[in-house]
Amino acid sequence: MSEDIAIKVRGLTTAYGTHVVHDELDLDVKRGEILGVIGPSGTGKSVLLRAIVGLKRPETGTVEVFDRNVTDLEGDDLREVQNLWGIMFQDGALFSNLTVRENVMVPMREHTDLPEPLMKQLADQKLRMSGLDDSAGPKFPSDLSGGMRKRAALARALALDPPILFLDEPTAGLDPITAAGFDTLVRELQSALSLTVFLVTHDVDTLVATCDRIAVLGRKKVIATGPIEELRRNDDPWIQDYFCGPRGRAAQAGES
Amino acid sequence: MPDRPEYELSTDASRGRLSVSGDWTVHTIGKISEPLAAEDTSGFEGLEVDCSQLGKLDTAGAFIIDRFACRSGGGTVKPVNASEQATALLKQAAELRPEADDELNKKEFGVVDLLERTGRATMHFIDETVETLSFLGETIMAMAHIVTRPSKMRWTALVSVMEDSGLDAVPIVAFLSFFVGMVVAFIGATTLSEFGATIFTVELVGIAILREFGVILTAIILAGRTNSAFTAQIGAMRMRQEVDAMTTLGLNPMDVLVVPRAFAMLIMTPVLTLIAILFGVGGGAFVSWLALDINPTVFMNRLQSYVPIENFWVGMSKAPVFGLVVALIGCRQGLMVGGSVQSLGQSTTKSVVQALFSIIVIDALFAVFYLELGI
Repeated sequence: MSEDIAIKVRGLTTAYGTHVVHDELDLDVKRGEILGVIGPSGTGKSVLLRAIVGLKRPETGTVEVFDRNVTDLEGDDLREVQNLWGIMFQDGALFSNLTVRENVMVPMREHTDLPEPLMKQLADQKLRMSGLDDSAGPKFPSDLSGGMRKRAALARALALDPPILFLDEPTAGLDPITAAGFDTLVRELQSALSLTVFLVTHDVDTLVATCDRIAVLGRKKVIATGPIEELRRNDDPWIQDYFCGPRGRAAQAGES
Repeated sequence: MPDRPEYELSTDASRGRLSVSGDWTVHTIGKISEPLAAEDTSGFEGLEVDCSQLGKLDTAGAFIIDRFACRSGGGTVKPVNASEQATALLKQAAELRPEADDELNKKEFGVVDLLERTGRATMHFIDETVETLSFLGETIMAMAHIVTRPSKMRWTALVSVMEDSGLDAVPIVAFLSFFVGMVVAFIGATTLSEFGATIFTVELVGIAILREFGVILTAIILAGRTNSAFTAQIGAMRMRQEVDAMTTLGLNPMDVLVVPRAFAMLIMTPVLTLIAILFGVGGGAFVSWLALDINPTVFMNRLQSYVPIENFWVGMSKAPVFGLVVALIGCRQGLMVGGSVQSLGQSTTKSVVQALFSIIVIDALFAVFYLELGI
């Protein structure tokens, strides 16, 4: 059983001062699946992501990635587990003083001993993989459109071929067509590279198009997990509103 | 621990056969990519890749295998005994081949390029000067406009800038002027004592501080402190598109951002200069008293009778000009900031350098001007 679980969160409690964000939260992400995490604003979706990758120290609880406890790691241990995942932040978080290609090369420089020309070629390869063409490489992030920036950020997240990919609101702020293109891209890359994807989103279309399973956060816990059809039958009022409200229905109609 | 990647190359008629073993991932291929690239591939028409011994493969590994295949004529990779995933990765690598060899990173270092860069830099300098002057004109127009309609003035902004860059700068201006006054007096004391003319230290301190040091010191402190703050404030607003939002809401950034700052500096620089002069002379008097036994009463009397008051007015007359220079350059560079963090840094540096440069140059022009006037 445990082999199939890529990320195992147990009894996670996080808090900012006295404000408790998660209380004894449990969550499993299976190997090779795309798990969508949804929930009302302020329920700590992004905080959960930050807690898993070690940007936010939990008060109690453990996070295991491939059966390895990654909570409270420091120094070389942390560097080692960081190779296990790539993260795409909400606004891309590309380094604005580096070109797009150099951005993708940053993790390679830090974690590998590849020769410089090969690094460049690999970075270009990653950019093509993310659907950018070669002319984007020498540009600076500020010269790119929002959609292209997200693709560049995805290329950087994939630079070291990590087995796990974290996406924080990958389609927020994109027009529907670009967003749909991004969904397809994530799906394709997931199957080509057999990635495990942890995806935080608000976008019902993205959920329908990409996710194998969905976890709903609320009341400081995971209130439901399961495939989308199963959640539609869940009688929690927020979930009902979410999937059976006007936007949810539209997404369902688009699916069938 | 991952296995070292290894390969063996054999030729089978015109087909090359590459047997790969070990792990070919982004962490391991560093050592093998160069020997592989150096292999002789002449005469190959295609490549078979035997993956029976292959451990892990990722996109980076697939990339260098595919790149090798590209050179081996035909460019087709035929995986043999490969797992499904390895086949998929190799196929994907083949689909994503670069269109042409990249020669994007050429940089020229020849003499002609040096000349070209020099030319560009010169033109850039001239453009900057012209644009700063045009910004000066624009600002003066906006200021005149506000003066005729004082109800449009942003009084809150004006007072807040006056406090931030005027009142809050008083301690540092006073402190530094005091020390410079002391230094001037010490130099006077040591040099003039050789001639037994130490009493002339009073004139030295008086003329130097009143005419030059008071105002120059204030201007330099403002250039470092206020000018960079203006650039950073306005630049950050540019980066976050606040300036654009302002324009669409019908607010003129010139009126809202530049004019209050320009007026604030126009008012506060003379005040700060006065403070600098008082403390500078105070520093001089202090050293004269300690080192030369010229007591403060004697110092002040001599200052009044032997240092013409024109010196004070010469110094003060420069103050508003320097204040305006600092405000103008700070605001202009702030408004030039583009979308990136780097451009904010560049603009801030540029604005401080330009402000210091302009202050020194304008001061020299003033010196010539007053020399001709005979003051």
